[in-house]
Amino acid sequence: MAHEEDPLEHERASWKPSPGLAVAVTDPVHTPEVPPHRERVTDKDPAAMKRAVRTVYTLFYLSVAASIWAVAAYMLFPIEDGSLVSVRDNNLFIGLGIALALLAIGIATIHWSKAIMSDKEFIEPRHATRGRDATRRAAYHAFEDANEESGFGRRTMIRNSLFAALVASVLPGLTLFRGLAPQDEDPVELLSHTMWTKGMRLARDPEGTPIRASEVTLGSAFHVIPEELASVSHEDGYLEAKAKAIVLLMRLLPEQLVPEENKMDWTYDGIVAYSKVCTHVGCPVALYEQQTHHLLCPCHQSQFDVSRGAAVIFGPAARPLPQLPIAVDDEGYLVAQSDFTEPVGPSFWERH
Amino acid sequence: MSTATHDTEHVTLEPAVHEDAEATRDKPLGGRFISGAANYIDERTSLSGFVKELGRKVFPDHWSFMLGEIALWSFVVVLLSGTFLTFFFQASMVPTHYTGAYLPMRGIEMSAALESTLRLSFDIRGGLLVRQIHHWAALVFVAGIGVHMLRVFFTGAFRKPRELNWVIGFILFILALGEGFTGYSLPDDLLSGNGLRIIDGMVKGIPLIGTWTSFLLFGGEFPGDQIVGRLYTLHILLLPAILVGLLVVHLMLMVINKHTQFAGPARTNSNVVGFPMMPIYMSKMGGFFFLTFGVIVLIASLFTINPIWAYGPYDPSPVSAGTQPDWYIGFADGALRLVPPGWEFVFLNHTWSFNILVPLVGLGLFIVLVLIYPFIEAWVTGDKRERHIAERPRNAATRTAIGAAGVTFYAVLWAAASSDIIATHFKLTMEGVIHALQALLIVGPVIAYFVTKRMCIALQKKDREILLHGFESGRIVRLPGGEYIEVHQPIDDYERWKLVDADAFEPLVVRPNSRGRIPWHQNVRAAVSRWFFEDRLAPLTQSDLDEAAAHQHHTLDHIADEEHAEIQGAHERAGVPDAPQVPIDDGRHGETANRPSNVIVPEPEDGKKAPKNREKDLGQ
Amino acid sequence: MARDTKRRAPGRRSPWAAAALIGIGLLLTGGAYAGASAAMAATGETEVKSALTVEDGKKLFQANCATCHGLNLQGTESGPSLYGVGELAVEFQVATGRMPLQAQAPQAPQKPVQFTEEQILAMAAFVQETAPGPTFPSDETLDGEGDLAHGAELFRINCAMCHNVAGAGGALTEGKYAPALDKTSALHMYAAMVTGPQNMPVFSDMNLTTEDKRDIISSLLWQQETVSPGGFTLGSLGPVSEGLFIWIFGIGTLIAVTVWITAKSN
Repeated sequence: MAHEEDPLEHERASWKPSPGLAVAVTDPVHTPEVPPHRERVTDKDPAAMKRAVRTVYTLFYLSVAASIWAVAAYMLFPIEDGSLVSVRDNNLFIGLGIALALLAIGIATIHWSKAIMSDKEFIEPRHATRGRDATRRAAYHAFEDANEESGFGRRTMIRNSLFAALVASVLPGLTLFRGLAPQDEDPVELLSHTMWTKGMRLARDPEGTPIRASEVTLGSAFHVIPEELASVSHEDGYLEAKAKAIVLLMRLLPEQLVPEENKMDWTYDGIVAYSKVCTHVGCPVALYEQQTHHLLCPCHQSQFDVSRGAAVIFGPAARPLPQLPIAVDDEGYLVAQSDFTEPVGPSFWERH
Repeated sequence: MSTATHDTEHVTLEPAVHEDAEATRDKPLGGRFISGAANYIDERTSLSGFVKELGRKVFPDHWSFMLGEIALWSFVVVLLSGTFLTFFFQASMVPTHYTGAYLPMRGIEMSAALESTLRLSFDIRGGLLVRQIHHWAALVFVAGIGVHMLRVFFTGAFRKPRELNWVIGFILFILALGEGFTGYSLPDDLLSGNGLRIIDGMVKGIPLIGTWTSFLLFGGEFPGDQIVGRLYTLHILLLPAILVGLLVVHLMLMVINKHTQFAGPARTNSNVVGFPMMPIYMSKMGGFFFLTFGVIVLIASLFTINPIWAYGPYDPSPVSAGTQPDWYIGFADGALRLVPPGWEFVFLNHTWSFNILVPLVGLGLFIVLVLIYPFIEAWVTGDKRERHIAERPRNAATRTAIGAAGVTFYAVLWAAASSDIIATHFKLTMEGVIHALQALLIVGPVIAYFVTKRMCIALQKKDREILLHGFESGRIVRLPGGEYIEVHQPIDDYERWKLVDADAFEPLVVRPNSRGRIPWHQNVRAAVSRWFFEDRLAPLTQSDLDEAAAHQHHTLDHIADEEHAEIQGAHERAGVPDAPQVPIDDGRHGETANRPSNVIVPEPEDGKKAPKNREKDLGQ
Repeated sequence: MARDTKRRAPGRRSPWAAAALIGIGLLLTGGAYAGASAAMAATGETEVKSALTVEDGKKLFQANCATCHGLNLQGTESGPSLYGVGELAVEFQVATGRMPLQAQAPQAPQKPVQFTEEQILAMAAFVQETAPGPTFPSDETLDGEGDLAHGAELFRINCAMCHNVAGAGGALTEGKYAPALDKTSALHMYAAMVTGPQNMPVFSDMNLTTEDKRDIISSLLWQQETVSPGGFTLGSLGPVSEGLFIWIFGIGTLIAVTVWITAKSN
């Protein structure tokens, strides 16, 4: 390995970087010179050069034409009311025009730089990144003088209190960002309860029509919201309440529910209701396989077995889906016996 | 060194390098207006100094050096298209109803964000085009950063003096991920909304601060009505500002440090060989900008991306099969999917969600490792010299193998994000796919490391073989003794330099310090350096090469002599002892197997054209 | 190939006579066939007024289905009982090629249909008569003129988690899948909702009313017919196909461009 002599290294006499574990080769391979310039077709043949020049300006003019086309397409292919074909055509033709215009400029410029411009290689020396010794000395003196004149280094009281003041001055600004969260809400309290209460009817999502037990046939899956939710407006927290209250309602044969793993008094004649919010990170667990009684979450493929209390049988979820205790009211509609007895959805630190 | 005459009528600007051109210009360069304008600006900004420094600066030439430009130019495209979008997008979650052209969304209640996006797509001419340009360009941007990072890593271009630029580049990568994520979450559609739900779930799982952080981010319970506005601020103001600032520093450092170059003729560690900025690099970079822009616009004109009209507004109840984030967040989604069931415990009245923490911490460690890798390698080698020669990956076998292991790790996580789509498309069970990827996550990087390391060393040996003994030429020569050998074509000087290994290292030999002790970190360093440099080839010396070349010449000369003797003998037997050894190329009669020299070819008779196929016409 | 023209002897047939005769014959028989099949095709799609009867359906059933489903639809170890599945289910399963099942697999895949439409209807009629179940819907339900926005919303809530928002299909557990819906007919969409084939849940009229189903079918049909406004959809699978595409074609093209840019000119 040759000694790489920085031509200006003598100006950095104090710099002797350690090569570390590098092996010093005493007889390194010699560096050859730049190979002789190989003539291009455009260098040898003037006709080829003329062809190349023609190609370049033709492409530039083609680009002009394409830009004009794109502007024309904007007008020639307007978006007609309700016609998706016109949307497609408008975007397609404007886009193709722009694309051609840009590509033509690019190709022409590259062709120019490769075939027409001189391809002679140049050699430029590198300088060590480190400043010259004289420069570093000057910098050092600058700091030294400033230090002397300000007494920064010597007056430790001033210095330390300066740092303390600077650090402290940031704190109020950071504190203001507390305002990003509501002041008077307790997240743990909110996360621990949903909209469901005793006697609230189970209703179809999104209409809000209540569901009778007799309407839930074997093998069906109903997407359920509390009946009251349908009348909550978006401004009043519809989505926030829905994000905790969504439920999936299924009917199995009563004997298919394994008694040890199911709270049978929370079911009604084989009808079960489980929170639809995945206990992993909160996607809706909406895929129900009626023959296997498995619930699949499409986000990270957690699987829950409805016949065994929605226990986790695969995937990264750790807890079974919370079950909504249901019963039937005197008109035959399915109602909740109470809210969920545990927080729904993803886990959080304060959950126990 | 510009010489400006004081005749204010004809002030000429001299290019710094060509002092001899002083007297030969009678017309100002570029005409009077240009020279006048240049003078005007220079007298107010010292621009000529800038032009002198950078105007003819030499940059080395290799395609892999342009990968960073893919990122740079696609970022410009993102900025331009994004600016257009900001004039139409409303970053508000105020509920409204869509009344526009797309029928399946008409009348549906949605946030103003989605409504304005739909309106831009279906009611503004070219709006959908610009949206698609923006999103496709964002995908190209992050991919460009990725390939650029890989190039820098595998050629060792992060070594001194470029460690800081690696760190800055890495931060740019993280910022780009953030930009992408905040960007695609802006329309408040079902797909990105579920993505936000997942992020919220992950944040909630963080111990101590998770619940409160989630409330802070969303301004209360999920989803709230704040998040789109806040992401918008991040997406168009904070993140781009930091990104542009760091990008400027990144490019400035590249200019100050000058670009690395591969080994080659006349290329050393203390020079740069290549082409000047003006006109060559300016044109190549400018041309590449237009080509990148053009390719992105072409893709955006032909292919749909993020069809938010199909997803509909975010609602906690529906979800689409195949819910994945954009590709660059895939590795995080995949990490979540690969966690086995049940990794959560209630302990001391708190829930410890390891199914979230392990991916978070694992990915965090991976990222930090990538970030600090230059410093690890610098500590191991202890090499404090500036390194400006880009190494061929095979010559740094351990680094390349570590890189391959890292890429494999990342790729397995990335593939895991599409586990359900892999299952449906290859008719596998999703459980099988996930189990296979879980195993590959552990085993894959290990196998990749070993295979890559061995491949690198084998390639180094092949290079050594070529350097010393040349290429196999395919010419089989029979020696007088009856044996057949294959003639090796020696490599020419210019190619040779490219194959010579620039740097060689050997493991650390620990020695006790002045107190007769060996510090523990020295032992660690020695062990790591052994791991890095144990398997290595000894560096090549000039005398090795000379010796090999001499031997080759000797053999080649020997063979050439024997060849000459044989051909001469054949000529003598044919009665043309003075015929040339090498066929004369008269431009018309090519050499064939049946006619090794044109001594046998008679000239065509006058008046007749030279026949093309001699054998046929002569009735043979 | 002109030889010297010889005058034909009177009475000899022209060499074109045979060709003309064959041509006329083809025209006549083809025309008759077309006319006959047009007459047959004039009958409605869902009418059982075909040439085959319930008896024919029974014979077909016994020959092709009874091995697994039992001679009296009672089911065997290899196949479930068909009591109450109705003609709707039979038409769905057989007309999509799922039945007859060729091999035990996680799920019955769609494959080439083995029977003609008449045969299918005959078998369906037989099953319906033996053990009645869901029947064919009215034409209005399948007309595709329902409320598109409402249908799309219901589709997103009830169907998209398995079939994907654009109906591109999706994965279920253990190798099962929800198929793509881009080529499904309106009748089969209805049939699948009502009969809940294999692991698909049953969406009875008490869950999704007939009007709801009409809306869902309308939105799906609309999606099938409508051009994608952004261009080629890459399978409508979302960010996975987009990411794969950009890496292979986007970055691939751009890297090829860089190689071109830095290559030495000719």
